[in-house]
Amino acid sequence: MISLNWVKDYVDLTSEDLKDLAVKITKAGVNVEKVVDNHINNLVIGKIVSCEAHPNSDHLKICMVDVGDETIQIVCGAPNAREGIKVIVALPGAILPGDFEIKVGKIRDVLSNGMLCALFELGIEEKTPENYEKGIHEVEDEVKVGTDANLYLKTDDVLYELDVHKHRNNDCYYHLGFAYEVACILNKKVVLPEITHQEIKENVNDHIKVVVETDDCPYYLAKMVKDVVIKESPEFIKKRLISAGMRPINNVVDISNYVMLEFGQPLHFFDKDLLGNKIVVRKAHENETIKTLDGQERNLKSCDIVITDGEKPVCIAGIMGGENTEVLPTTKNILIESAIFDAVSIRNTASRLNLKSEASIRYGKGLNFEYTNMAIERACHLLEKYADATILSGIVLYDKVDKKEKWVEFTTDEINKILGIKITDDDVKIELGRLDFTYEYNKGKFKTLIPRRRLDIDANINDIAEEIGRLYGYHNLVSTLPIGETRQGKYIGDVKIRKETSKRLRALGLNECKTYTLVSPEMVKLFKYENKENVILPNPMSLDKSIVRTSILPSLLQVYEYNTARNVKDINIYEIAKTYDKDFKEDMKVAMLMKGNYLTNDWHNNSMSVDFYLIKGVVENLLDYLGYKNRYSFVKAKINDLHPGISAKILVDKEEVGIIGKVHPSLKKEAIYLTEISLTKLYQKSIKPIKFKSASKYPEIVKDMAFIVDNEIDSETIKNVIKKEGGRVLSDVEVFDLYPNISEGKKSIAYKLTFKDEAKTLVDEEVMEVFKRITNKVVSSLNAVLRDK
Amino acid sequence: MQDMQSLKEEVLQKLAEAKTLKEVNELKVLYMSKKGPVNSLNMMLKDLEGEEKKNFGKNLNELKVCLEENFKEKITKLEQEEIDKKLKAESIDITLPATKIKHGAPNILEKIIEEVESVFMSMGYDVVDGPEIEEDHYNFELLNIPKGHPARDAQDTFYVKDEDYLLRSQTSPVQARVMLSSGGDKPIRMICPGKTYRRDADDATHSHQFMQIEGLLVDKNVSLSDLKGTFDVIAKHLFGEDCETRFRPSYYQFTEPSVETDISCFACKGKGCSLCKNTGWITVSGAGIVHPNVLRNCGYDPEVWTGFAFGFGAERLAMLKYGINDIRTFYQTDLREVENFDRREEE
Repeated sequence: MISLNWVKDYVDLTSEDLKDLAVKITKAGVNVEKVVDNHINNLVIGKIVSCEAHPNSDHLKICMVDVGDETIQIVCGAPNAREGIKVIVALPGAILPGDFEIKVGKIRDVLSNGMLCALFELGIEEKTPENYEKGIHEVEDEVKVGTDANLYLKTDDVLYELDVHKHRNNDCYYHLGFAYEVACILNKKVVLPEITHQEIKENVNDHIKVVVETDDCPYYLAKMVKDVVIKESPEFIKKRLISAGMRPINNVVDISNYVMLEFGQPLHFFDKDLLGNKIVVRKAHENETIKTLDGQERNLKSCDIVITDGEKPVCIAGIMGGENTEVLPTTKNILIESAIFDAVSIRNTASRLNLKSEASIRYGKGLNFEYTNMAIERACHLLEKYADATILSGIVLYDKVDKKEKWVEFTTDEINKILGIKITDDDVKIELGRLDFTYEYNKGKFKTLIPRRRLDIDANINDIAEEIGRLYGYHNLVSTLPIGETRQGKYIGDVKIRKETSKRLRALGLNECKTYTLVSPEMVKLFKYENKENVILPNPMSLDKSIVRTSILPSLLQVYEYNTARNVKDINIYEIAKTYDKDFKEDMKVAMLMKGNYLTNDWHNNSMSVDFYLIKGVVENLLDYLGYKNRYSFVKAKINDLHPGISAKILVDKEEVGIIGKVHPSLKKEAIYLTEISLTKLYQKSIKPIKFKSASKYPEIVKDMAFIVDNEIDSETIKNVIKKEGGRVLSDVEVFDLYPNISEGKKSIAYKLTFKDEAKTLVDEEVMEVFKRITNKVVSSLNAVLRDK
Repeated sequence: MQDMQSLKEEVLQKLAEAKTLKEVNELKVLYMSKKGPVNSLNMMLKDLEGEEKKNFGKNLNELKVCLEENFKEKITKLEQEEIDKKLKAESIDITLPATKIKHGAPNILEKIIEEVESVFMSMGYDVVDGPEIEEDHYNFELLNIPKGHPARDAQDTFYVKDEDYLLRSQTSPVQARVMLSSGGDKPIRMICPGKTYRRDADDATHSHQFMQIEGLLVDKNVSLSDLKGTFDVIAKHLFGEDCETRFRPSYYQFTEPSVETDISCFACKGKGCSLCKNTGWITVSGAGIVHPNVLRNCGYDPEVWTGFAFGFGAERLAMLKYGINDIRTFYQTDLREVENFDRREEE
């Protein structure tokens, strides 16, 4: 939260509409999410002219209140409401914090025309039990009845709630930095806060020695003040702290926070008398402990930075002070620390200790040493002014900070090229002036110095282009399209086979799923058909998303369960996803799950339910489509969690590429079929280009044959014998009939054979000869019996 | 022997009374066969001569033709009646339900991605994918996000092995891979739609797994205005021709300058509503001019080459376009919800 009253200390905002300003600031890159206006309409000073008990209540009172032009009746429950006092009256139409609108109403049957207010109800004080006890606010008698209470309360502030982008949260996080942004938008100049103060002869260096033993503290300053008087802060400090969401404590503590909100530089105040004469900044010892200001015992690690008195820690650097040197109401002498610590180290420690304080957040963003200097002087100025402090001369300084200046050389043309605009050198000069960037200009060449407060800007032209661009206004950009060579874009690598697979499966009536790559240990155990080890996350968020899957099937089973629980009967789904094994080897797979009807027409008795042969058909259709026709086979296999008699491996060019089968009845009693195929493996197998093949001009001859064979001999084996024996003229073999268990352990299986010669008309005798050869071979090699017609 | 006239009347009478094809055929055999009464009349010819014979022959022929025609007519009529009867019997209630052929719907995210792909492919962008288990080097270092950088905190990452391998927190590493493999001397146009992962607890608006559509163009003389024009094309394709666009300054580590790209709110046409939080604008992506450090890291000389990059959240696009308010919708696959997505849409 930024207080605009505060910003006004540094930039002239008279005659600015603060809502418009918020829009301008947002357009230029710092998002003002919300404009909060403290001003409350219909709030006046009134005087209670009479006060009687409410007839229907033991604590309510009926007050007649003079609000200037009239006297109105208001029911009030505050114990301190009484005749003769002046009060703050919220009249009907007033909207109090929390969107609480005052209306005319009856309270226990008595008319009430407004509300007498306590300060916490106006958002001026915090809502605490003590403040609640105080009751309504009693206004000093000299304030005139009927005047606008906003004037009396000085609730004339406007607050901006900022969503500061990561790179601008260095400088727009504190009021002075934000003031520079405002000044830039409005093309005005910033007036720096007052830092002057008196100093006595006594020198801080005679009271304290500072030793820094770690590279993580490049800059350390300390000053000392004596004889502070601890009391309540002045009103404006308290108000500003509250508006920034901080609780006023006392003048000294408040000043350290005030300076932090002003310069973005956190300060730490030690009780000098408790601290002693030495400061050593070092890395903590492993398991060293400190009791922090919040009363908690903290366990430290060797990566944390601590401030010590030479022996014990007195502060976790940048995060929170120790109880042992805390500024208390009894404190007289203070050592002020203003320092820079390594941002990464502070972030890590704060996040490990779960201690994200206002200070640690700011250290974590990085700091600018110029403000480290100014902040300590500003604190002295304020302590002198508001805590009657006497300031010692001198400063304790440890300085290893990088002071390299960031200069950027560029031309206007380079800026124009990046942004696609046409501005002139003079335009650039104006923008640099607004940004308050020092620059040199020589024959069309600019050389500019990045101010230290802009930690976000690197020394390159693109950064300058961004600063100029945002002031120029991106809304002023004219849309153009890139020139240069254009060709049709392509799917690169295995993207194409993925797209084609999806296209075909959708056409076959399967719905596409997307599930999570990370799965649970239970899921990983299901359908484990490959010899792959899983990647287990070292730091998962939860156990159910702790392992990188090697198979999509368990996830599809979850989708099945989700839909079944919602009474969806027919479930035909697929997913294509990349899977990874322990060596991070990628395997893109397609998985399918089918259950229920494939075609549905119940009244017509013409539904088709999914079974093994249907999902096998889907797989064959897919493989044909992808170009692997006549290159695949199915080989019966036992696969975990699949029905041992209804499961197979899928082979393409004799290499196993996937599995197919029915879910084991002990896992799911419903008839669920699934398959998973490696697209990565398929993609590695090249396919032939499509060629036109004209249909044969010569007639086909179709012959049937049926055999009785052992149940165990599968149809493919018989087919292979037939095909081999049939040779060139046998163009097709299909099973067309099957009787399992026609006799003990035997089945009857019938084939339709199509004979065709591409070069001539076949004669029956020719075919009969081949036919006989085939039947003889099947009978002899498979112990089959040829069935008579 | 009957005379012609009575025979004709008799046949026509019986033919008129016949009700079935069978009866008619029986009559036809009875009267019209070779030895039937009609043909028997031929025998009378031999006893006649001259004009009488001539007349008798003519009359007999006329009788034959007449009866043949009557038989033919009757048969045609009865056949037609039979066909009509059969057709009537075969008639069905065509309002009874059809056999349901299942719809195969795309995942909603994939649908959006395919749309975006088609637009960019037509502008010459290749569609590329990269590994989801990625090296820190590609995911962060090459993209100007060194170790310890605060930008890493914002992308709370799933590391899979030490600090070196991770589930990619963005699709941007694919940019780096494509640039590196392009050798620093060829222009690039590519998009990369893909899965990404961050340590977010799943709820209606957060998902530990989500999809980005990343895009990169590298060429000579590429400007922010070119990015604006490109964004206009995709925004209008997805959200309609009257969709307006706006850039706002933003910050990403691998682009400089960086922008957030807004579209005018299609729900309220810019007047302000709950969807656009009364601003009239909806943020749909982040983009910017590729940071010179990134070009340099990936083998392109920033003195010669410039480029722009952009990143859409597929979930956000889909949520906006289809009015979906729970991100988990995309990962649950409630078939009752997705089946509706199996259809074409107007351009």
